[in-house]
Amino acid sequence: MTGEQIIFLITGVLILVSALLVVTTPKLLHAALWLVAALFGVAVLYATLQANFLAVVQVVVYIGAIAILFIFVVMLTRRELMEKGRQTRSNWWIPALLGLLILAGLVLLILSIPGVGRTVTVLPAGLDSVFALGSALVSPDAYVLPFEVASILLLAALVGAVYVATLDKK
Amino acid sequence: MSIPLSWYLILAAALFCIGLYGVLSRKNAIAILLGVELMLNAVNINLVAFWRYFNPAQMSGQAFAVIVFAVAAAEVAVGLALIISVYRRRKTVLADEIDLMKW
Amino acid sequence: MNFLIWFLPLPPLLAFFTIIIFTNKSKPLSHTIAIGAAGLSWLGSMVIFVKAVGMQEFGKHIFESSVNWLPTKDLWLQIGVRVDPLSAVVLFFVAWTVLAIFVYSIGYHNFGQPKGDHDLPGMPPHGAIVVEKGYKSLVPSIEPMYSRFFAFISLFAFGMYTLVLSNNLLTLYIGWEIMGLCSYLLIGFWYGKKSARDAAVKAFMTTRIGDVFMLLGIAFLYSATGSLTFSEIFQPRVLEALLAANTPVLGLSAAGLIGLLLFIGTIGKSAQWPLHVWLPDAMEGPTPVSAMIHAATMVSAGVYMVIRMFPLISLDAHTMTVVAFIGSFTALFAATIAVAQNDIKKVLAYSTISQLGFMIAALGVHAYVAAAFHLVTHAFFKALLFLGSGSVIHGMEHGVLHTGEHVDAQDMFNMGGLRKKMPITFWTFLIGGLALSGFPVLTAGFWSKDEIFAEAFGKGHLAVFTVLALAAFLTAFYTMRQITLTFLGKARTRAAEHARETTWTMTIPLIVLAVFAVGFGWVGIPEHFPGLGGILPNWFHEFVGGTLAELPEAVKFSWIPLITSLGVALGGLFVGWLVYRKVRNPAEDRLQIPLLKNKYYFDEIYNSLLIRPAYWVAESFTSLFMDRKVIDGSLHGVARFSLFLGNAFRNYFDKPVINEFLGDGTGKAVKASGFSLRKIQAGRVQYYMVASVVVLVIFAVLYYFLNTGM
Repeated sequence: MTGEQIIFLITGVLILVSALLVVTTPKLLHAALWLVAALFGVAVLYATLQANFLAVVQVVVYIGAIAILFIFVVMLTRRELMEKGRQTRSNWWIPALLGLLILAGLVLLILSIPGVGRTVTVLPAGLDSVFALGSALVSPDAYVLPFEVASILLLAALVGAVYVATLDKK
Repeated sequence: MSIPLSWYLILAAALFCIGLYGVLSRKNAIAILLGVELMLNAVNINLVAFWRYFNPAQMSGQAFAVIVFAVAAAEVAVGLALIISVYRRRKTVLADEIDLMKW
Repeated sequence: MNFLIWFLPLPPLLAFFTIIIFTNKSKPLSHTIAIGAAGLSWLGSMVIFVKAVGMQEFGKHIFESSVNWLPTKDLWLQIGVRVDPLSAVVLFFVAWTVLAIFVYSIGYHNFGQPKGDHDLPGMPPHGAIVVEKGYKSLVPSIEPMYSRFFAFISLFAFGMYTLVLSNNLLTLYIGWEIMGLCSYLLIGFWYGKKSARDAAVKAFMTTRIGDVFMLLGIAFLYSATGSLTFSEIFQPRVLEALLAANTPVLGLSAAGLIGLLLFIGTIGKSAQWPLHVWLPDAMEGPTPVSAMIHAATMVSAGVYMVIRMFPLISLDAHTMTVVAFIGSFTALFAATIAVAQNDIKKVLAYSTISQLGFMIAALGVHAYVAAAFHLVTHAFFKALLFLGSGSVIHGMEHGVLHTGEHVDAQDMFNMGGLRKKMPITFWTFLIGGLALSGFPVLTAGFWSKDEIFAEAFGKGHLAVFTVLALAAFLTAFYTMRQITLTFLGKARTRAAEHARETTWTMTIPLIVLAVFAVGFGWVGIPEHFPGLGGILPNWFHEFVGGTLAELPEAVKFSWIPLITSLGVALGGLFVGWLVYRKVRNPAEDRLQIPLLKNKYYFDEIYNSLLIRPAYWVAESFTSLFMDRKVIDGSLHGVARFSLFLGNAFRNYFDKPVINEFLGDGTGKAVKASGFSLRKIQAGRVQYYMVASVVVLVIFAVLYYFLNTGM
């Protein structure tokens, strides 16, 4: 067992345990915080995959923005009586079963992919992945279009969210 | 021995399924969105793992992941705005109580 | 020329339609159209007659023309016209008599007189009250159905022309039947009188019996020879074939059977015994009708047909025997009845039957030309006599209206002394009567009757000769009886005293016909006649005889028939005058024997033997039983059954199955399923999501197994 594998295992356990707690804990605020933990773990994973930029972006965007947003909204929609009583539906076993089934299926599927046991190859020398990512995102030969569309999507989301959440001042 | 690709993929699958469980079984609408976030992250792990293990010179994997980030952010923003709006109207965030479009 | 012949029957037909459709309301217009049409046809007939007479050997070069009419498998039934010597002379007298009678009808139906006070269409006119110089008098009134009369007689004229001009049996039969129809319409002209209606039906039915047999004969002929055209039938080889062919009926040859069947048609149409019963009753019609249809033309058509078919009928000796027998028997039979009749028209009716018997007897003894001759002369003098009797009746009716005495204007015993009151009528009637009796030399009747006697005697048919001689004696006798009672002596009633001569439209035709009744005989004087023979050629014999394939031989002259005919004619006239100049009323008339007066009770015999059983069958069997019980019963049964079936369907199938089960049931099922299925729409998002993931998993599993496993 190499060091990488140990790091991977620990990170994996962290992620999964955090995720489980996200979906099972009755207190919503705790769930949001456990989400932060899970997201951290994912950032670490990105780092092990040598996608450095993505790791940083993960922390900044997901944790810094999205998770905070979640916390805000949880605060805004708190009611005293809300977090008493069950937080999962009464028929939680159906989704559990489904989840397990799908997991089993996916695992089977994954294991049947040819070359799934391959190990990582050395990055080509001279590859500046950030630069390459940046140029790929704005290059007309590459992914400028999805990039632009994503921008517009963000704009639309911004406008929509603001509009929907605006208080009607009556 | 390094980490085989399958480990990443199985991890992602597990995360995905946990997220799915959360979406389908939590009562609170915000908790549902938390589950959705987990699922999106699982997808991202998949994408980046594939990028790294197959052809790291080609940036399409990372680019895809970046786009997914953007989409996830947008979706969370709008979704939470909706939840706030619904909360203001109907004083509830429980998904089961938002059932006006029924028979 | 051939083309012109087609147009001859048309003017009266057009007149019929025009009067019926357009001019029914206008009396003067109607009679003008009718007379115009008759005049046109008369003109055309004269033209053709003159042309025909002018041709040499006309019999060999006749005018003929025909068109195909109805297809019958390989052959065609045809309509055609033909003018040969026989039809030329017949056309001559038909044209003259028709025109004369048309003109006479104007006066007969009192044209120019006022409308009657109580006259209704369908009854004879009763007279109108006219105020003249302060006092009222009853005058004859105009016939209400004036136009209708002229329409019908125009149609009749069309029928007669068609018959005379036809070149085949089919066209002849068409004309025959049209005349039968007109006879019915005109006998029943005054349809308000029950006696007229009954007489019309009787005439139609009786002639129908004859017509059916005639049609059978025509059909047989057509099937045996494939043709109905005279020129084709009378070819020697066709006639021989018909004579040689045998039929299972009475051992007759085909020619004989056909001839017999056709002759039965004549028995009906020309009122020979035993189908004579309709003619006396037909006197219910107006007198012009009696004159035209029942004296001059329609009954002559029967004889004309036999003369036409002579080459065929004369083949078989059996048929000829039947013909001769019927003819001579009828001649005597009718003459005996005529002596006991008191009605002026009935005497003439029986006289007609008798004279037709003469002609048919003549044909039965192969006297072709004699029969044709008598046909022509009889038409003239019988029409004259009938028109004269009509004139007498009119004069008497004038007297009746004038005096208010209600006597039968037609009964001869109410007349008398009319010679002074109605001179023109008297003299023309006398000429006609003398012609009928066969007064020597001066009258046409003498020449034609004499020729019949000569032929009968000369060919050795002594039985026929004797019977005809007896009939001729009786003919002269009753004719003189009639003239004596009507015109001579003193008036026996006040009505007769006040009788008056009739108008010119009635007397002029009398005069015209009288001329022919006298003059026409001189074209047929036999060559060997003592004294007069040879002065004028026997044109008639040559001309008409030319119709046959071979000119019939003129019979050798013999004194016996001549003496006989002179004797019976003069003797009968003298005895008649002698007996009846003293008779004042029917009680003194010794010949009023019930048997004769009641026409040998033939009407009663037919009534009980044939008519009443027929009525019984019609009423009880067919009407009550068959029609009501069987046919109506089955219809009602079907109706009831259908109703039952309908109800059963409705109540046991339609309502429970279709209405409730299918109709309402479907609705209820849909409603219930909808009710239960709507719970899927819970409105809860997670519910939907769980459902979709479940389905997704299932599909994924299926897909996996389908792709990899099976």
